[in-house]
Amino acid sequence: MNWREKYRELALQALTKKSIYGSDIDINKFIDKKEEEVEINEEIKSRALEVGIELSQEKSGTYLQIDHSVILSKVASNIKGLEILPTDEALLKYDWLRSYYWKAISVDQDKYTAIAELKSTKGYFIRVAPYVRITQPIQACLYIHSQGLLQAPHNIIIAEEGSEVNIITGCTIGSKVNYGLHIGISEFYVKKNAKVIFTMIHSWNEGMYVRPRTGVIIEDDGVFVSNYILLKPVRDLQAYPTAYLIGKNAKAKFNSIIYGSQDSIIDLGSRIILMNEGCSGESIFKVVATGNAKVYNRGQIIGQNRNTKGHLECRGMILCPTASIVAIPELVAEHSETELSHEAAIGKLQEEQLNYLMARGIPPDDAIGILVKGFLDPGLPGIPEILQSEIRRKILTTIRV
Amino acid sequence: MSYIKLLKGFKLLLEINNLHVLVEGREILKEINLSIEKGEIIAIMGHNASGKTSLALTIAGFPQYVVSKGKIIFDGRDITNLSIYERARLGIGIAFQSPPAIHGLKLKDMIAFAAGKNPWILRDYNFVEEILRKVNLEPSLYMNRELNVGFSGGERKRSELAQLFAMKPKLMILDEIDSGVDIDSLKILGNSLKEYIEENNCTVMIITHHRHILQYVKPSKVYIMSKGRIVLTGSYEELIPKIETLGYDALIKEVLKNELERKV
Repeated sequence: MNWREKYRELALQALTKKSIYGSDIDINKFIDKKEEEVEINEEIKSRALEVGIELSQEKSGTYLQIDHSVILSKVASNIKGLEILPTDEALLKYDWLRSYYWKAISVDQDKYTAIAELKSTKGYFIRVAPYVRITQPIQACLYIHSQGLLQAPHNIIIAEEGSEVNIITGCTIGSKVNYGLHIGISEFYVKKNAKVIFTMIHSWNEGMYVRPRTGVIIEDDGVFVSNYILLKPVRDLQAYPTAYLIGKNAKAKFNSIIYGSQDSIIDLGSRIILMNEGCSGESIFKVVATGNAKVYNRGQIIGQNRNTKGHLECRGMILCPTASIVAIPELVAEHSETELSHEAAIGKLQEEQLNYLMARGIPPDDAIGILVKGFLDPGLPGIPEILQSEIRRKILTTIRV
Repeated sequence: MSYIKLLKGFKLLLEINNLHVLVEGREILKEINLSIEKGEIIAIMGHNASGKTSLALTIAGFPQYVVSKGKIIFDGRDITNLSIYERARLGIGIAFQSPPAIHGLKLKDMIAFAAGKNPWILRDYNFVEEILRKVNLEPSLYMNRELNVGFSGGERKRSELAQLFAMKPKLMILDEIDSGVDIDSLKILGNSLKEYIEENNCTVMIITHHRHILQYVKPSKVYIMSKGRIVLTGSYEELIPKIETLGYDALIKEVLKNELERKV
């Protein structure tokens, strides 16, 4: 595979390159592992379910990767125009895929993209054929089973012209894993008039380091919606996905729902670059911080063309004096006909609301729980109701205030 | 003597003795003495900012109202230092004048909570539907609405009543249940209240500016407040016509003048 040599070289040079944001992680501390057969046991099933993946149920498509091994990669028999493959297989099968590989993100962006290229630990390739609409969600699960593992899947999602797809990706770990590094590389190509709704649910624990790297390229009238949900503690997570709206009237939206607890360090951003006429972008970040959690929300919108619109919003609630939330909105106007705005509000629980609930005989802890859950409630326009109620259920069952 | 006092004690639901209350260090309630017998309905009336709502929220246990002197006895128990939640559990229910909107909490779930049920495991919402119909909120339209989100004035008040009906409190405090409500809504509120109170032999403390709601919820005693004090107490028949003809200011002035003359 000669064509990959240039990426390997760039990656080798970037192996010590620190990320602009987030603490620097020693990637050599984590282990590599050979592929192996893993049976889907009850634990894997229940963990996957926690991140929205129903392995016992037939979906339009399912991908399951445990450590570095692809356990499931299938499309329901009645679905036409959808392809799901491990990325390395897809690269062997399709020469044309090379023109997508590392095009939405640079391989030498930082040491995490570099190691992902060098270790090359699978990931999924999903392609929806032109004008095909997949109404039922596709589900993908990336699962860490081995202690201390470095998992770095490389995902490529292509929604061809006029297609529509809804993907739920759940990333989680086995109960015996209390240390590891997950680097997920995701490249999205949303073609003309295509629509991608991508929901990612993360469920880690106090020992996990997480460094997802995401790039999205959206063509004319394409729509990309990302929902990111993190409700359980994590050691240290940093991500800053970037959407390039290269086509006219392209739209991008990032919704994040974060419950930062214990000693979690969460540094989450989004960058939307409005490159063509009539593009619009929005980022809505809802966070509750408690315990010693430190949560950063970086949002950047860059307006580069006429009739572009962008909006950033951060709503934070702090439950504990030792927790912190930092909102860093950045609006960059590079054209006179771009309209950009931001709104950030961070505060404590509304005492008036708390008192109201308690005056109905609801115990204080339950009352706080109701308000936190209500605050995080998705209520997001443009997202299928079935997904909203799924997220809502997740918030209800996961958060213990 | 002590026997009579004991008997009286059994009959009393709420007893407030020489109560003084501070908010942010400022005294907003002074020398409040008030008692309500079981099954009795009393009205608290007076101007805006005369202390009516402060009194209600003090009884309900809102922490910003600090009792600096005096006691609140409820159902034979000193509740002066109990939390809002504990008081609610003992049977104090309040319909708020302007309840806050709660995103993410459905009206039906709040009503379930108020009834002491856990909505997260609840399957049967029939009782909620029944209660909503009592206050003329069509269940199919309101069950799944987020609590008070986008509710009109009248809808909020009816939702407050529905919550109280679910709670079945021993003492029902109605804080301006009639304010910001149109005539039709007032009629609905008044009739549902009347029916509920008669059915449950309820003890009620109703706070209002206007006599209209009192046609439905007829008090045996009326207390008039001014500047954080109870300045006048009398029967419904005695005070209401006077308020109608004189208004609060003139009535209070007249009373104070009479008192002064008596002292001289």
